[in-house]
Amino acid sequence: MIKVLFFAQLREVLNCASLELEANVSNIAELRAQLAKKGQRWQEFLASDKALVAVNQTLVNEDCTLNSGDEVAFFPPVTGG
Amino acid sequence: MTKAPEQEHISVQQQDFDLAAEYQALTANNQSDGAVVHFVGLVRDNNLGRQVQALELEHYPAMTSKALSKLVDEARQRWDLGRIRLIHRVGKLSLGEQIVFVGVTSKHRGSAFAACEFLMDQLKTRAPFWKKEHTSEGAHWVAARASDQVKAGDW
Repeated sequence: MIKVLFFAQLREVLNCASLELEANVSNIAELRAQLAKKGQRWQEFLASDKALVAVNQTLVNEDCTLNSGDEVAFFPPVTGG
Repeated sequence: MTKAPEQEHISVQQQDFDLAAEYQALTANNQSDGAVVHFVGLVRDNNLGRQVQALELEHYPAMTSKALSKLVDEARQRWDLGRIRLIHRVGKLSLGEQIVFVGVTSKHRGSAFAACEFLMDQLKTRAPFWKKEHTSEGAHWVAARASDQVKAGDW
């Protein structure tokens, strides 16, 4: 299983804080594509130019490989400080 | 015997911080550093023309400390630094409240100035915090600024 978390505006527009998926996607690009199937909002807000992504709490790129047990988080560009 | 002050302090917290105590922690029993630079970020009353009443800061708890530690490590690789203290508050904050503290010491001022600005610039684009503004017209998430990306990329 892969655990997927959503933060801030993403959590609100998707109305979802977290979900779990079978680990049948091999990288981030595939995970985005799989989640986009959940509907229009998912497709729009999880686009790679809108949502940053971290795997096991580290920012990564689209080709980052995924393994069962990973924690993936999608979130909007950060605005702290 | 007083306890040796920490070389590094990273904290994500709801409660406010005390500048005098932070300065003390940076300088107490620290005779090798001749420079202290610190930055404090505050909640201001206006953003992009909107009257702000309060801010709410969300973060990704499992990632925040890790991301901040990484920035501190990168700063140490670039400059010869003494102590580093980094505090970021989360939760609901009122106008004028302190949001963030970055304090750096070094032998000479150049490294401390540069590292302090580097840490703030990187924190702005790489640490998982998000601001929600409460205004008279309702609440909304703050959009990231392109200028922050440019500043972070300049290092």
